[in-house]
Parts: sequence; C-alpha cells; structure tokens
Amino acid sequence: MTGAQRARSAIGVGRTRVPLRATYVVILALLYFPIGLLFLFSFNANTQLNFPLSGLTLHWYQEVFEDNALLQAAVNSLLVGVAAATLATSIGFAVSVAVVRFRFRGRAGLLGLAGLPLIVPFIVLGVSLFLLFIFVDIPRSLVTIAIGHSVVAVPFATLILLARMVGLDPNLEDAAMDLGATYRTTLRLVVVPLMGASLLSAWLTCFIVSFDEVAIALFLAGGDPTFPIFLYGQLRFAQRLPVLIAMAVLLMIGTVTLTLVAFRLGRRRA
Amino acid sequence: MLGRRGALRFLALPPYAWLGLFFVLPLLLIIVISFRPETGPIDFDDPWAVSLVQYQRIWETPVYLRLLAISILMALGVAAAATVLAYPIAYFLAFRARERAVFYLVLLLIPFAASYLLKIMAWRLMLGQEGAINSFLQFSGLTSGPLDLLLYSRAAVMIALVYVWVPFAALPIYAAMQRIDRGHQEAAADLGAGPWSRFWRITIPLSLPGALAAFFMVFIPTVGEYVTPSLVGGTEGFMYGNLIQDFFTSAANWAQGSALSALMLVVTLLLVAVALRVVDVRRLAA
Repeated sequence: MTGAQRARSAIGVGRTRVPLRATYVVILALLYFPIGLLFLFSFNANTQLNFPLSGLTLHWYQEVFEDNALLQAAVNSLLVGVAAATLATSIGFAVSVAVVRFRFRGRAGLLGLAGLPLIVPFIVLGVSLFLLFIFVDIPRSLVTIAIGHSVVAVPFATLILLARMVGLDPNLEDAAMDLGATYRTTLRLVVVPLMGASLLSAWLTCFIVSFDEVAIALFLAGGDPTFPIFLYGQLRFAQRLPVLIAMAVLLMIGTVTLTLVAFRLGRRRA
Repeated sequence: MLGRRGALRFLALPPYAWLGLFFVLPLLLIIVISFRPETGPIDFDDPWAVSLVQYQRIWETPVYLRLLAISILMALGVAAAATVLAYPIAYFLAFRARERAVFYLVLLLIPFAASYLLKIMAWRLMLGQEGAINSFLQFSGLTSGPLDLLLYSRAAVMIALVYVWVPFAALPIYAAMQRIDRGHQEAAADLGAGPWSRFWRITIPLSLPGALAAFFMVFIPTVGEYVTPSLVGGTEGFMYGNLIQDFFTSAANWAQGSALSALMLVVTLLLVAVALRVVDVRRLAA
C-alpha cells in the first residue's frame, strides 16, 4: 500500500475507533427530539403534554387563523424583517464593494465597524438604542425594531457579500467603464446582477436573523409586537401554549424553507 | 478610473453614517449616561452632572460582580460544550459524509433554522414538572412522583442554550475543515504518521480558527442572555443580563443600568481581545 492510499483509507473510507456516523446521528437525534415533541404537542388534544396522549386534533391550527392578534404579530415580524434585511443588505453591499475595490483611509475601520455588532452582547445594544430613542424623542415602534435589527444583521450580510465580491473579476467593471459607463451605472448593471444569488442569500439570512430576534426587540417595541415578542408575552399562560406552538410551527416551516433557499443560493456562487 | 473616487464616497458614507448613528452613538450614550448620578428615569433636560456614583455602587454590591462572574463562567461552559459537540458533527460532514454531505448538512440546518423561542419552549416542555421527561419517568414507572429538580435552574439555562447553539457552532468549524488541503494528510501518512497523530497535528490545528470562531459566536450572545434565563432559569438561573433588564424595566434606574451595561461591554471586548492575542488567529490561519 502506498502512502497516499494509506492516507486516503484513513481519512475517507478506513475505520478509526471513533464511530463518527453514530456520533452524528445521536447528536442530530438529540437536536430533533425536543422540536419533534413540540410538533407533537401542537396536535395534542390536551393543553398539557402528558403521556399517553389523550388524543390528536387540528383544533389549534384552526384557532391560529381565528386569532387576529397572533396573525397581526406575524405580519409585523414580516414587515420588520423585510425592512431590516433590505437595510442591512444594502449596507453590506456598499461595505464589500468599497473594501474590495478601493484603497482609502478608513478602509480597515469600515470593515471593523461592519463586523463589530457581532461582538457586542444584544442586551447592551438593546438598552443603548432604547436610551438613544428616548434621548432624541423618537417613539418606539416597529420602525425602531427594524433599525435595531438592521444593525445586528450587517455583519452577516457583509460576510456573505465580501466572500462573493473577492471572487468577482474586476476586469468586468473596467470593461463597462471603458465603454463609457459611470461607476454607479457599472454597479447597477454589472456588479449587482453578477452578485444576484449572493445578494438574495444575504437578504434571506438577514431576514431570518430579524424574524427570530427577541432580546433587542423587547427593548425597542412600542405598542405593536413582533411575533417573538407576542410569543414571549403569552408564554406564561399555559392555556395559550398549544395555539402559540401551532403558529410557531407554521412560521418555522417558513423560516426553514427560507434558510434552505439561502443555503442553496449561497452554494451556487461557488 | 473616471468617477470611481466619487462612487467611493457614495459607497462608504452611508454605512459609516448608519452604523455611526445607530451603533456607535448609542454605545457612547450609555457610557456617558453611566456617569450621571440619578437613580431613576432620567429627564434629559436636567443639567448634566458627572458622577462616579453608579460605578461605586457596583463596586460596593458584591452580588452584581458575582453575577457577572457567574454569567461569564456559564457562557464559557455553554460555548465550550457547544463547540465540543459541534466538532464531531463538522468532522463527519467534512471528511466522512462525502457525496451525501449536502443531505447531512441540510438535516443540520433544519434545527438551526427553528425559532429560538420555540427551542427554549421545547425545553420547558422537556424539563417541567408536567413535562416530557417527568411524564415519561412516571409513565414507565421509574419514578412515582414528579421530580422537581429539572426546570428553573442554572443547569436548565445551560442545557437549553447549548441545545440552541450546537447547530450554529458546527458551521464555522465545518467551513474551516473544508479548507484543509488533503495533501497535508497524505504527506503526513507518507512520512509515517498514524491516524491519531495526523488528527492531533494536522486537523486540530488547521480547524482551530473555525472552532475559535464557533466558541465566540456562542460565548458573546450567551454572556448577555436574559430571555432564556427568564423562561427556564427561575431565580437560581438569573444572569447578569436579567440584572440589566431589571434596571431598565421594573426598577427604571437607567444610569445604574447603563453602568452595568458599560461594564459588560468592556469586559466582553477585553475577553475577545485577549483571546485573539493569546491564540493569534492570523498565524493559525496562515
């Protein structure tokens, strides 16, 4: 056996004493079990989860569509997510083009600033924005939540778009400009279309970050709650739990689909 | 290159402005407010006075500093556990799953994308007095009454958070492992290194930047947690984040809350800076 064959057998097909596939399966089963339990609970006839189950029902799903406050909260989350994702993706795009294509004073600073929200605990950012909006007399609302979410989503958008921008051939932009386009037109007609899949992937990632976020949102919400805030407020009422879980399961199916789409788009660029 | 420099301004200014206004400015604001002497809601029209009284109070209240230390230790524990559990997942995906890697990765993305509150709620159902574990234990006859020790504890907070973060932590480790050149392994094997030796001396060092990224991506959100402790922690699981939250909600003592927040900000940034210096990521990545 040659060295290369030996290496391949040990990395790829050979056996070590660590049962990796079994480890993977066990950890994944542990990850799925509690979610599966919730899923089961949303079909449970009783408001408490006791074994054996007392019966299965679709009643809670039906109740979701009769609960206007619940539906409104979901719509609010959608609006906040769209606004935050659009803002964060625009900022991430501008940062990645500026950092990859230009040499200027403040370049490292811009890159650092776009990544910094990742290392500030959410509660600190939440209370800071809370005080800022009080200080400048901006009433808290869905708008202030969207602003907060746009900030925490910027690092995600920047990381995704930076990776794509680095791989983009600068000759394409030079060609467009040689043919008379201004740099703005070049960005709009050449760079944005070339980065399409990554832009969508970044947007979806930011949307999901916002859609699921509650720690910052709790400090920035006015009267209208997002879905996670609504959920958080209602959790203490045991009777409400099955309906809330039914709604959360429906929304989870949506976010999982979006995540898989973002993941596919993200891979396609490579 | 006509017009490019003009475009730069139009590219660089909006991000600077937006993040300056809604990220840097608010952080500076809490630092400034933390030096005000008020002990209740602040009327910003009042004259500004500089005082160290908020920091003095933190220094004189051992409970606050103890809670900060406990929260840091809990976050270190959660981050370590999540990274250790995520490592074999990433290893399997990168080196063993081969042509089915995408399938296994998608399986991992589903719990990753499930709502955070939903996952915490799942642990309430798992650990509660009438929860799945107790219910199952009684149903199967292993115990006669409900065990009370599961929910509302520090352990419950940590279990729920490790659970939330494992799929998240696997992704940067997986990305780092994918970048490892298989040639290193073959060269080491040619030179007579066994599988364990290759694992310790090639795979571990080369995947360390990813593992470190995973560790911090878990540590930072965990150290400032207040939502999870409020749902599954009870009084025992109370964290530093809950303390800050109290000062901005029920206690409405903004200056004190700002000082506590500023302290957490400084401690977190220091920990990250020290860790980056000690481990020297750039040397590892090279």
